[in-house]
Amino acid sequence: MAQDDNSGVDLVAADSSHAEQEFAGSTGTAVIPRDAFENPGFEPHRPRVTDENPKREKRAQRTVYTLFYLSILGSVWAIAAYMLFPMESNDVGAVRLNNMFVGIGVTLALLGIGFGAVHWGKSLMTSAESIDIRHPISSTPATQQGAVEVMRQADEESGFSRRTVIRNSLIGALLAFPLPAVVLFRGLAPQDQLPVELLSHTMWRRGTRLTLDPSGTPIKASDVTIGSAFHVVPEGLAELEHGKLEEKAKAAVLLMRLEPSQLNPAPGREDWAYDGIVAYSKICTHVGCPVALYEQHTHHLLCPCHQSQFDVSNNCEVIFGPAKRALPQLPIAVDDEGYLVAQSDFNEPVGPSFWERH
Amino acid sequence: MSLDRSVTNSMPANRKKLMNRSKRRTGRRHPLATVALLALGLVFTGGAYAALSSGSVAQAEAEPTSQETIEEGKKLFQANCATCHGLDAQGNNGPSLIGVGAASVDFQVGTGRMPMQMQGPQAQVKPPQFTDEQVKQLAYYVASLGPGPDIPADHLVNGGGDAANGAELFRINCAMCHNVAGAGGALTEGKFAPALTGVSGVHIYEAMVTGPQNMPVFNDLNISPEDKRDIITYLKYVQDNRSPGGFELGSLGPVAEGLLIWIFGLGSIVAITVWITAKSN
Repeated sequence: MAQDDNSGVDLVAADSSHAEQEFAGSTGTAVIPRDAFENPGFEPHRPRVTDENPKREKRAQRTVYTLFYLSILGSVWAIAAYMLFPMESNDVGAVRLNNMFVGIGVTLALLGIGFGAVHWGKSLMTSAESIDIRHPISSTPATQQGAVEVMRQADEESGFSRRTVIRNSLIGALLAFPLPAVVLFRGLAPQDQLPVELLSHTMWRRGTRLTLDPSGTPIKASDVTIGSAFHVVPEGLAELEHGKLEEKAKAAVLLMRLEPSQLNPAPGREDWAYDGIVAYSKICTHVGCPVALYEQHTHHLLCPCHQSQFDVSNNCEVIFGPAKRALPQLPIAVDDEGYLVAQSDFNEPVGPSFWERH
Repeated sequence: MSLDRSVTNSMPANRKKLMNRSKRRTGRRHPLATVALLALGLVFTGGAYAALSSGSVAQAEAEPTSQETIEEGKKLFQANCATCHGLDAQGNNGPSLIGVGAASVDFQVGTGRMPMQMQGPQAQVKPPQFTDEQVKQLAYYVASLGPGPDIPADHLVNGGGDAANGAELFRINCAMCHNVAGAGGALTEGKFAPALTGVSGVHIYEAMVTGPQNMPVFNDLNISPEDKRDIITYLKYVQDNRSPGGFELGSLGPVAEGLLIWIFGLGSIVAITVWITAKSN
């Protein structure tokens, strides 16, 4: 074998004849390929420049300890930078400087140790090749037998198999233990309402005025000129004390005005628009991103997350992308003072699919 | 000027006396206050005269309502725009321009979008083809054809508003297309929302009022003129202030950041791994 190439003493090369001997007795059904891979042994040992040239060795040594000193410098600098560049309140520029200089120090400290150690190992530590023989994973039969014996003895002494009432009550206790978690996690959801119910309804009611986001100013039909897009929330959203964001996330609406002749309302929806003004849910039916990229000439609405496209002139039907359902339309009308109001809530749940809604 | 200098020259002689007196009067008036006031008055008067005299010359050339301006604009229009928009702006291959207002023309021609270079998903920005004065003449000619949004006043577009309010309105109304930092973004079928960096306040305002191409209209009842001023202020703020979080990478968000970390971050990890496992020379 190639053992002579290695000056190492602790070398144990895998011996092919040894392996063959072990298999010779009981091959069973095992297939022994005739062109079995032969252990090629080691490549000839190639000394490094640092092994041969003392100057290079000195230089490598210098590099390694310089890297370690750099690391010390980095650590000290990180501490100094933390004090030199304090994070003053209300100044984002100071935070930026602090992060940058502390970061440079810590980076230097860690990389210095890492690169130094690797360079040390590669250029100065011994480069002799050697083999560590892999040991079998399983224990010896005697140890296995011992473990079985311990288990058997423990069972006998504790009476685990004999005292069935105790054993079964213990199993019962262990099974019951996770049950409180189920109840506690259910408690994280709204208590007195069914989630399906909550997802199916929004703040919009008959007569709720359409108001501007974020000011809450009610919108007159005459304010909405052709080609306009208004970002709308229901009246009273700003006054809500709890769950304002949850309500906004369901009730957000995009209001657009087209030429009335460009709208093709579906049967039953003829009176849901007012003089070319239409209101659609802004929540994408795919995974709930706000669909608000409105192109006023093509009348297409684009969802920025996954490029679903909806055609406003055709009831916001999906014309491209992963969304499966059209955007729900909010039926609107005008009240006595000329303000836009909702005729009712959406007639279907807004947003993405959920259980019991596909 | 000569008066100014003579006063300054006569100053040192009685300065000491003045200073003593002023000290006794518990510093209510600085000894140089009189001189400073005089100088300020002179500079102000002179400056105002210069501004007014030069302004009157400029005004004569581009008086918005003057018949001459409109006539000049009409000539320019018929020579450069009538092929598509019709001889009387009634529309031909292109849309009718009656009632689009001066703001629309100032935006489209002032940013170089019109005259359009070629048909495509949308008209692209290029160096303006007309001088500022010609743009104004065209704008007031088109404005004379029918009422429409006018070019905004200077105080609305100089960025002197409330950047925080502007930021909120921008996030609600504009950011979905133009990116939260105004870096622009893609739309459908080759169209895109352009980046807003380097766009003048006047053009941003006019774009909001007129809704050029596929951009929706944001009239004054949707976003009030003061709110529009705040949005312009926010855009100027974003442009003038460096990002506190380090490299902006074009403010394009997760795509640019992910690309950088995947290519350079993982690349350097691979390189270090190769170095660690390679045999030393």
